[in-house]
Amino acid sequence: MTLRELRPGQSGVVVAMRCEGALRRRLLDMGLTRGTLVRLLRIAPLGDPLEIALMGYELSLRRADAGKIEIELISE
Amino acid sequence: MEKKAALVGNPNCGKTTLFNLLTGQRQYVGNWAGVTVDKKEGRLSLGRLKVRLTDLPGIYSLSPYSLEEGVALGFLLDERPDVVINIVDAGNLERNLYLTVQLMELGLPMVVALNMVDEVESRGGRVDHALLQRRLGVPVLPISARRGEGVQELVELAGELCQRKVRLLPRVRYDRETAGALEEIAGLIARQVPEKRLCAFFAARLLEGDTQTAARLHLGDSLLAKAKAAAARYHPEPQQRQSRLADARWRLIRAGAAGVVRYPRREKGPGLTQRLDRILISRVWGLPLFLLIFFCMFSITFGPLGNTLKTLLEGLIGRLGGFFGGLLAQSGAPDWTYSLLLDAVIGGVGGVLAFLPQIMLLFFCLSILEDSGYMARAAFLMDRLLQGLGLTGKCFIPMLMGFGCTTPAVMAARGMGDERERRLTVLLIPFMSCSARLPIYALFAGVFFKGHENVAVLGMYLLGLAVAVLCGLLLRHTLFRGPGRPFVMELPPYRLPTLSGTLRHMWQKCVGFLTKAGTIIFSMNVVIWLLQSFTPSLQYTVQPEQSLFGALGRALAPLFAPLGFGEWQAAVALLSGLIAKESVVATFGVLFGGQGGLTAAISAHFTPQSGLAFMVFSLLYMPCISAFVAISRELGSLRAALSAALLQCSVAYLASFAAYRVGGMFLGGAVC
Repeated sequence: MTLRELRPGQSGVVVAMRCEGALRRRLLDMGLTRGTLVRLLRIAPLGDPLEIALMGYELSLRRADAGKIEIELISE
Repeated sequence: MEKKAALVGNPNCGKTTLFNLLTGQRQYVGNWAGVTVDKKEGRLSLGRLKVRLTDLPGIYSLSPYSLEEGVALGFLLDERPDVVINIVDAGNLERNLYLTVQLMELGLPMVVALNMVDEVESRGGRVDHALLQRRLGVPVLPISARRGEGVQELVELAGELCQRKVRLLPRVRYDRETAGALEEIAGLIARQVPEKRLCAFFAARLLEGDTQTAARLHLGDSLLAKAKAAAARYHPEPQQRQSRLADARWRLIRAGAAGVVRYPRREKGPGLTQRLDRILISRVWGLPLFLLIFFCMFSITFGPLGNTLKTLLEGLIGRLGGFFGGLLAQSGAPDWTYSLLLDAVIGGVGGVLAFLPQIMLLFFCLSILEDSGYMARAAFLMDRLLQGLGLTGKCFIPMLMGFGCTTPAVMAARGMGDERERRLTVLLIPFMSCSARLPIYALFAGVFFKGHENVAVLGMYLLGLAVAVLCGLLLRHTLFRGPGRPFVMELPPYRLPTLSGTLRHMWQKCVGFLTKAGTIIFSMNVVIWLLQSFTPSLQYTVQPEQSLFGALGRALAPLFAPLGFGEWQAAVALLSGLIAKESVVATFGVLFGGQGGLTAAISAHFTPQSGLAFMVFSLLYMPCISAFVAISRELGSLRAALSAALLQCSVAYLASFAAYRVGGMFLGGAVC
């Protein structure tokens, strides 16, 4: 499953990044690499973007981009 | 000799606070060569040692993907500062260390200033800076920029590093495969690298597949092929190679950061930021609160307070004009000197200076929103609306400000989003109807749409928005083609803004505006005054219709005939709108003077259709001089600003023509 399929409050571990170019570079630089634990905090009122928490900070990214990040769901 | 120091760090880690603390009043804001990114420099003196400290833009990484990162990397590589002060947020250690590791690879003397230690401690945490120092091999000093703690020690240590009194052995210890690949590439390129200690940095760059490095080092084909072969052994796929190196870096950082910041007990519940965000950007309350916050900001800036200050300043300038006018009258100076001083110098520049209170208030508010962390939330809330235009939520605020005044709105676009986004935003802001255009709508709507004035005026605002969207779409599919920069934005923790930081930011914006008002805007005003006050045979005149402006208006008038207002007075009024949009109505007052009131004159010279066309044209044509100067500054060239003005005038012409024709069908029966 991908990051965009998480429900608010759910967590997952990044398995693979299916994006390229500037987006890939940016996400890698922000700490989204294999093995990173991420939690979906909320979805913006207009439905996009998403807010996630990782490594003790909060990051927002768009649904379309989140759909390119494969994760493994961690059961609560 | 003067030493060079650079301050580098992530956004939102207290870098600006530290810079202000280090340099105090001795700082100046400029521009990085060729790009519209603020460059802040300041001076430090340590005994006899003179140091110039450059505040590099806040960045997360040295990958040259954004303008800011490119600027920072360029400075570090080309200027080779004598010391790098890397400010790191202790509350967000791992993410901040990513940049630290990249900086260490540059082989420059550096010190890590571990900031916000007090914040961690107030939450019950403990910070072991000595442990981090042992692991990194570079000095680590705990500081609190906000409270000024540890800053003196930092300055002294930076001074010693500048003079090479301290020997450093920064070690970036990658895993065996990564280290092996890097060493192999470093060995290959060693002869091409100007400084031996830079080998590690360039090797990492090549391993990541950065093409600029090969060009920079003038690697020949055979060397490049060998380096590529070595990289391929690390991982055959370029993308996976990038990931693998990033993984290695993050592993190293996790190991390095482990145990440096410790919380003896589990934190009780969510922190302040989490709790605030549950309200401020929640599904239910997010948008209403956003509207409320910006309504307050708008009311402060463009409402009673801003307007009162503006009126007071205008009164003061008027009295100054009266005083000097009296002096001139006593000395018997010729009429034109009187007019030059009063109309051009005091009136013209004064008219621009009158914007100052609103610019101050606006940047005061913006600075508070930015420093508190809310601005990122505003972008988060609004992003969806701008996606279709290829823009991000960060552009929303400058656009919103455009409804108040174009000039500060354009200035506010600085530093929001990337270059392309900023340029597009700056091009679209003038279509947001600024408050100075309101009197024009009020006048015409009062004459032609009696009883429906509010609908007519609202319609103008909506038309401006619609045109902005259409132009945005058009530009996105022509000049601004290609995928936008990814919208990946940190939502920083909420922090209380400091008064001194806010005031300083506001002051710097005002100085920038005043410098422009004193130079370009002043000379443009004198030119416009010359056009207004002299006849084509260069005789001084007080009759607008006899002036060069009047002649120009007459020449341009036929051009406006297809729009329904081909009379020279309308053309002259529009020309005077270039000084300030407020002048349009005032000019009509002068030109139609003595014809039984302005309202009567307007209904005599315009039809409902041509009146509507004139309103539309006023809404969309190029903004006033001070906005034009701000736009040319943000677009980086006069040519670009002139093209933008041409675009705006063409759009205005087309839309106005359409309004005249289409409006004619609906208003046909109502012709006076």
